Amino acid sequence: MAEMKVTLCGIEMDNPLIPASGTFGYGYEFAELYDINMLGSFSFKGTTLEPRFGNPTPRIAECPAGMINAVGLQNPGVEKVISEELPKLAKCFHKPVMANVSGFSIEEYAKTCEMLDACEQVGWLEVNVSCPNVHGGGMSFGTSPEAAAEVTAAVKKVTKKPVLIKLSPNVTDIVSIAKACEAAGADGISLINTLLGMRIDLRTKKPVIANKMGGFSGSAIFPVAVRMVYQVAHAVKIPVVGMGGVTTAEDVVEMMLAGATAVEVGAANLVNPFACRDIITELPAVMEKYGIKSLSDIIGIA
Amino acid sequence: MKQGIFTVGENTALTASVYRMTLLGDTSDITNCGQFVNVLLDGFYLRRPISVCDRVEGKLTLVYKVVGKGTEKMSRMQAGEKLDILTGLGNGYDLTPAGDKPLLLGGGVGVPPMYLLAKDLIAQGKQVSVILGFNTKDEIFYEDEFRALGADVKVTTVDGSYGIKGFVTDAMKTIDYTYFYTCGPEPMLKAVWNASETGGQFSFEERMGCGFGACMGCSCKTLTGNKRICKEGPVLRKEEILWQK
Repeated sequence: MAEMKVTLCGIEMDNPLIPASGTFGYGYEFAELYDINMLGSFSFKGTTLEPRFGNPTPRIAECPAGMINAVGLQNPGVEKVISEELPKLAKCFHKPVMANVSGFSIEEYAKTCEMLDACEQVGWLEVNVSCPNVHGGGMSFGTSPEAAAEVTAAVKKVTKKPVLIKLSPNVTDIVSIAKACEAAGADGISLINTLLGMRIDLRTKKPVIANKMGGFSGSAIFPVAVRMVYQVAHAVKIPVVGMGGVTTAEDVVEMMLAGATAVEVGAANLVNPFACRDIITELPAVMEKYGIKSLSDIIGIA
Repeated sequence: MKQGIFTVGENTALTASVYRMTLLGDTSDITNCGQFVNVLLDGFYLRRPISVCDRVEGKLTLVYKVVGKGTEKMSRMQAGEKLDILTGLGNGYDLTPAGDKPLLLGGGVGVPPMYLLAKDLIAQGKQVSVILGFNTKDEIFYEDEFRALGADVKVTTVDGSYGIKGFVTDAMKTIDYTYFYTCGPEPMLKAVWNASETGGQFSFEERMGCGFGACMGCSCKTLTGNKRICKEGPVLRKEEILWQK
């Protein structure tokens, strides 16, 4: 029997699969398609203290083997997430959910996390210091070890739930940032967020995306993600959640070999709404093919 | 929404850049006219959202324009080839406020969704008028198909090479209508919004990531809150659109 169970920051998961924030909404679009309780967990849409519309459209550009998005953290704000989205989700998802949080100041991160800390449904807090699509927030907290550590410490003070810090690949030394988060008390690291990218329309001779640049994701970025997960997992003692271009069950195994305890799937959900279901269904056969009895045995052995 | 594998029936050119493709497969989730499908093409990462021109049980008709490499590849597909398609996307048109004499205005590649709408309205016994707007004579398609449904059809061309010279709004003035439905490029939609004297519904286009409400890539602001063009749209009512005269 293929054993897919893993334990992430003290919480046992049936399998390591987690749809990534921003590609799975608050879950119920997908709950209409299949039973999302088969997932390990999922990371809900990036939530901020205040409601946000996000960036002007167009927000999406296609790329070879990937896409660019510049949504800009559109969300109804944490109060509505708690009063409306989470109760709706409770009807179709019965496992601990990962709460993805973003902000524009240390205080905002802390306040939003404090409010979500009070929600029983929330298993982990995934603190996004790496959104490339907003100004004066998001990624600016994730590009220096000091700022990332400051967010980590502020969030840790207001919650007893495990805190994962979601890091940006758009930095010179991701390892130093991951270590700074670990030293500040982070319970785990998740990476990678999208790579800053850009497309230009030859007919209009202007950027495709209204915000000009956006976050590049999709299978094209998988090798970059594997490399960074490997580097970080070998430098910190806390668990790592790996993501970036994961599309197949083989990709999940590769990401775990690199050092990921759990694996998030992002852009693939947008192309194939059944991507996570298909990966979970195919995992046992892939494990058997490569002689893997338990996924937790292969974490970081590459 | 359903995901299905469809088999290409015909794939023929209607004009230099507009093609009609029929697809055989499960159409049961296409419940309303004005919805769209999202087509996966080999070698392209994102799907192509395309409006439904017609559907009968087991057969879907798409009329699409070649605008880039993806639709160019689609235009070269042969009968018998397979396509992975998400069906039943978007809200579609609401027929209930149509009244006795609805007017349908389609511009360019906004014409196709008007076809199934006209068919459904005529099936309800409505007296349907259709205005089809094109730039020039060579771009015209589906005039005869709309007439065959029993609609009163007017064609406008910007250069006057066929039908009424001008825009769909020039023909709109001459028609007595109870309600309107429209799809076309945004400047045309805005002109219709300005010229219209009744309530109506507009179908919008936007660059989409997923097409089924997950990514928030195609959001827009309306007077009734933020909407996703792919999920709460593509059809918006005149009274909720945030335009100013």
